[in-house]
Amino acid sequence: MSVSILDRPLPQRLPQGEGRRRITRHARLWLWCYAMLLPVMVIYAYVRIWPIARSFVLSFYNWRLIARVRPFVGLANYEHMLGDQNFHIAIWNTTVYSLGVVLISTVISLPLAVLLARRSRMSAVYQTIYFLPVITPLVPMSIAWKWIYDYNYGILNYLLSFVGIHPIAWLTDVHIALWALVIMGVWKVLGYNMVLFLVGIRNIPSTYLEAASLDGASELRKFWHVTLPLLRPILLYVLVTATINAYNVFTQVYVMTLGSQVAPGQVTRVLVYDIYQNAFEYFRMGYASAEAVTLTLIVLGFTLIQFRAFRERETA
Amino acid sequence: MRPGFNRRQLRRRASALLIHVILTLGAAFMLLPMVWMLATSFKLPGEIAVWPPHLLPRVPTLANYQGLFQAVPFPRFFGNSVFISVVSTISVVITSMIAGAVFAKYRFPGRTALFMLVLATAIVPFEGYMIPLYIELVRLHWINTYLGIILPTVIMSFGIFLIRQHVASAIPDELMEAARVDGASEWWTFRRVLVPLSGNAMAAVGIFAFIQAWAAFIWPLLVANTPQLFNLEVGLTAFQFRFSTDYGKLMAGSTLSTLPMLIVFLLLRRRIIENMALTGLKG
Repeated sequence: MSVSILDRPLPQRLPQGEGRRRITRHARLWLWCYAMLLPVMVIYAYVRIWPIARSFVLSFYNWRLIARVRPFVGLANYEHMLGDQNFHIAIWNTTVYSLGVVLISTVISLPLAVLLARRSRMSAVYQTIYFLPVITPLVPMSIAWKWIYDYNYGILNYLLSFVGIHPIAWLTDVHIALWALVIMGVWKVLGYNMVLFLVGIRNIPSTYLEAASLDGASELRKFWHVTLPLLRPILLYVLVTATINAYNVFTQVYVMTLGSQVAPGQVTRVLVYDIYQNAFEYFRMGYASAEAVTLTLIVLGFTLIQFRAFRERETA
Repeated sequence: MRPGFNRRQLRRRASALLIHVILTLGAAFMLLPMVWMLATSFKLPGEIAVWPPHLLPRVPTLANYQGLFQAVPFPRFFGNSVFISVVSTISVVITSMIAGAVFAKYRFPGRTALFMLVLATAIVPFEGYMIPLYIELVRLHWINTYLGIILPTVIMSFGIFLIRQHVASAIPDELMEAARVDGASEWWTFRRVLVPLSGNAMAAVGIFAFIQAWAAFIWPLLVANTPQLFNLEVGLTAFQFRFSTDYGKLMAGSTLSTLPMLIVFLLLRRRIIENMALTGLKG
């Protein structure tokens, strides 16, 4: 990275006065940097770094908001997690949801990006439409989806009736509710993945594909043997980012399945909902923190996988 | 002309058509929730609970929108969302500009360590540290205050990265050197060189901050306890739990919450997509 002239090491021999002026100039510049950064870093530390550190600390305490005594319990919260049925269900559901959303959205968005890679007016229109869900707020969209999934009057059951499928209780059927959330999750993230793939595809040197065409390769073979291998780093990035985002799922679950008349309860219990319930309904902050730390570690784990894969590529 | 040519051309045409059909069906699926929401918001109750459902209202009505304003303090929710998002956006743009520029153009002891700290903590999801933040708010008596709702959104690590990336790559050092040679102070250089040349990047950060703050849900849900402080998202949810079957009003409220984002997106479509892709790829 290019940096200022001031970053060059100080010349060893300089006339006395000149050297001193330079040193004070450096010191004053540093001071200026610290003065500028100080307010920002203080806020950042207060609303981000410190709470992160503190959630680790809290996870070792039996910390209840309403209790006076909050004893240190070591790893007891983590041990409790091992036997907590709700937590097991939450982890399982969150993992199924994430795998579903990530795999389905990737399988759809990659070919979609290939089809839309050629610059044209129609391509731009499609891109806009497919990207739209990414920026729409989740609460109103969850309410809209709930209405789409409505058993009696929902438009989805109506559309399915044309192909002879009987009405499905999308949000109350224990075997389907989680998949109804997956469909909405795919709908929401599809456009984002598509755009990332589009950038990757447009960065592929056209000579590669032209060479393949000259050799008589079909579109499918070109995709499989040229495009896909070159997209591997972006594919990995999309998989990891989408997985991390999917693990934080909460809003849809809260809005769509916690209403009065639909309460599958355990069927759509996800990790963040379990954290929310333990912390803010039962006020078990210590235990909920242990779960929150688990979530953080899962996310960090995925990020490390990505980091290592990128590093290997660079050194290879 | 070879005899196989026509058939080949026909096949290519057919496959192009097939692709368009698939893409259009997909696009209809992507638009379905928004169209269905918008259409339902203009329907009378008698037209909402009918089988088969009508996609478009036959007797369009504004009754749901009028009813919405009588049933709940909806203008208040809307105002709260605007206020929270604007404050958050301004704060994010300022803090990102300062930190991003300093990290990009200056070298000082501790720079790498500080930047690494921001980078490492940026990965942690909000849900992973919201509990200590909530406890801190209880201690400060900031629960159920605007201050408390806005606090975690005043800074965005992603914004710092975006500005840093822009300033480092798009603003030449010579420009700053020239200003210094002319005897300008560092503050003047920041204010008159770096800031004016970062307009696009700051706009991008602002858009993201606004979209994010507008859609904020779990934190306002925890911190805002009275309807006076609800943002649209929390207000809508509360409304939904109380009148879960009144889909006409629910869809009217949802439309009002979605519309500002749709407008922002359609106006700034290219910039939003490009920046999301670029910053996404650069992490």
